Amino acid sequence: MDWSGLVDGALFASVVRALIPVLLAAMGGLVCDRAGVFNVALEGLMLIGCFAAVAGSYYSGSALVGVLVAVVCATLLAAVLAYGSVSRKADPIVLGVALNIFAVGVTGFLLVALFDVRGVFQSPEIVGLPRVRIPGLADLPGIGPVLFDLSLLGYLALVLVPVVHVLLFRFPLGLRLRGVGERPQAASTLGVNPTAYQYGAVLASGVLCGLAGAQLALGNVVQFAENMTAGRGWIAVVAVMLARANPLGTLAACVLFGFAEAFGFRLQGNGLPAQITDAAPYVVTLIALLIARRHFSRTVATAATG
Amino acid sequence: MTLELELRGITRRFPGVVANDRIDLDVRKGEIHALMGENGAGKSTLMSILYGLLHPDEGEIWVRGERQHFSSPNDAIAAGLGMVFQSFKLFPSLTVAENVVYGREPTRGRRLARASAERQVTELAQRYGLAVDATARVEDLPVGVLQRVEIVKALYREASVLILDEPTAVLTPQESEALFEVLRALARDGRTIIFITHKLKEVMAMSDRVTVLRDGRAVARFVTAQTSPAEITRAMTGRDVTPRVTPPAQPPGEPVLRCRGLRIEGEHGRPVVDDATFEVRAGEIVGIAGVAGNGQAELIEAITGLRSVAAGTVEIAGRDVAGGSVADRRASGLSYIPEDRHAVGTAGAADTAANLALGHHRRPPLLRRGLLQPQAVKEHASTLIDRFQIKVSGPETRVGTLSGGNLQKVVVAREMSHGAPLLIAEQPTRGVDVGAIEFIHAEVTACRDRGGAVLLVSAELSEILSLSGRILIMFEGRIVAELGAAEADEATLGLLMAGASPEMVSRHGR
Repeated sequence: MDWSGLVDGALFASVVRALIPVLLAAMGGLVCDRAGVFNVALEGLMLIGCFAAVAGSYYSGSALVGVLVAVVCATLLAAVLAYGSVSRKADPIVLGVALNIFAVGVTGFLLVALFDVRGVFQSPEIVGLPRVRIPGLADLPGIGPVLFDLSLLGYLALVLVPVVHVLLFRFPLGLRLRGVGERPQAASTLGVNPTAYQYGAVLASGVLCGLAGAQLALGNVVQFAENMTAGRGWIAVVAVMLARANPLGTLAACVLFGFAEAFGFRLQGNGLPAQITDAAPYVVTLIALLIARRHFSRTVATAATG
Repeated sequence: MTLELELRGITRRFPGVVANDRIDLDVRKGEIHALMGENGAGKSTLMSILYGLLHPDEGEIWVRGERQHFSSPNDAIAAGLGMVFQSFKLFPSLTVAENVVYGREPTRGRRLARASAERQVTELAQRYGLAVDATARVEDLPVGVLQRVEIVKALYREASVLILDEPTAVLTPQESEALFEVLRALARDGRTIIFITHKLKEVMAMSDRVTVLRDGRAVARFVTAQTSPAEITRAMTGRDVTPRVTPPAQPPGEPVLRCRGLRIEGEHGRPVVDDATFEVRAGEIVGIAGVAGNGQAELIEAITGLRSVAAGTVEIAGRDVAGGSVADRRASGLSYIPEDRHAVGTAGAADTAANLALGHHRRPPLLRRGLLQPQAVKEHASTLIDRFQIKVSGPETRVGTLSGGNLQKVVVAREMSHGAPLLIAEQPTRGVDVGAIEFIHAEVTACRDRGGAVLLVSAELSEILSLSGRILIMFEGRIVAELGAAEADEATLGLLMAGASPEMVSRHGR
């Protein structure tokens, strides 16, 4: 087996590719976590986004319309989560799991109903997201092709990390959101309405998961496959937990998973069975979870008593 | 004269009860006004209405001569009202400054102006002698400081009327005194203070006027200087309460609890209790006095089996149980009224019957052939509810919904009904009203008169002094002195609790 050439520029480019949808979804999950809603529906929201993006792009012939449809559909589904968990005080975990199952079912059903195919829907009429090379920067040796030859959603995802960080820690909006997530009653006695902030956070996660889905189905590939998110939403959930909802830490966790996925794919080329290499991101997730177990049990405990 | 605050005919009904029944309250500018009443008298409901958290069914709120309609706390804040809740409404992970400015942040551009927030908080705090560090994280601060943060929060919102709900419930005597100084300074500054309490001593020491609530009605108004504690108590309870405790009928008998050389270690092997040796005999009440955090809580945990000991023995009725489980100790004759009735004393989500059955559920008649007998559990509960006059609608009521006094009665009823030879009573009357205090004290002395040995821990020196036959004083993990009931008074105990040596105290005292 030839191990040389496992690490090169192309590997890093595929790391970034793998990381972007997860990062978009994770930023959504992070905002929810800070607002006190443990959003495990990222997977389902993202899958709805994938399907809506492909359908929108296919019918309109425009990638932009695809993205917008993805955002609208994922946000509508997020509104269900917001209504159930915030207004009706349902357990967001139960609701989130239900939405994930619903998303798999409804996209599978619509795949047959609208396109009359099972498994995978591909068509030349689906318009993918163009990559936008940034002149000059993209020609930089090393990082140029890795960071400056992405889709617009790719740039958005990377810019979002510092933006979310600054919003959370440097703006009144972020202070209020963090307060709402920690002690909603305290916030309401100070005239800050927790419901509004929690709705805002969950709907924002819908928008971001819609974008994540669009990136996955119109950027990374140009097709819809049943259950094509394949656990990426869950990995986003884990990334947020690992980083304790810190934006920069979440980026680092997403890079780790992106690396595992890209490296696994590369190993496959070197003759390792696909069943093993495909499992790489999930093995990394599992290890990360075991390491972070203490934090997780604490989060759940506070969620339960709070 | 225009009143700072006036409530007219406030009425609020909940299903089955009228929590506030045509309450009138008038508060003058710059005064300290006490609002008194037993648990369930309607104080909290009234304050929630005043702060816009609840809406009155009838009645009017006037602030400085203007009729107000509070639909949310925002409106109350805008009208110049500030509230310090009993359970603090703070964000643990945020700093003091962030907690204070939350919802009304100073900005530069559109960003949070952190430095300006910290400066404003520090200035406000200093002006009224409230020592707080604006940059400290709230989760790292002790409870006395948290209360100051709450007061600064209200001042930052330019509150001219400050409402405090049982502000001293969580404070040590020294912290309470410091708080009173701050409140007096605020009143001198022209701010108006309303404080809710059921501690007579504080009302007499602090307030200019008193309004007393009972069963949802304002039943009496006094000018503090022209009234007496007895008069206020009568208004609160509707009858005369004579806080008289009968002395023991017979001398103490055999030791029931015996601790020898007890050592308990905290973090890093640091002793939190060191060489504690004492006994409690049948038919006597032994009180433990000390400032909170001097090892009393750990000592009790070690005796009840919730914490392991590093050295020494714990004997209950002649059996060494130091290494044994809680169940062993219970079987040897331990009953225990814990300090924290919510987290330790009861299971909030379970019903009253289940809570009363705990500990009794291992034996007949509640348990037969390994199965719980629902009928017996219910009867057991009904009997105790009657005997201890617990105000619940029935055995099915979830205890989480009960008021503090009633919840404490559930714990007391359950533990007393064991008829165990040893009772450990830890802060048995903290945060409960006068009527319940009287009742619990009567139960504790009855336990003594039945020949029970009682170990009492309390932060209320008056409680220790009135109940105990002997008093142990703890300081920095050691039992530094033992006094007989006759030689103890509040001043002596206070000095010993602050670490003065017994020799010093006796030289001064005599």
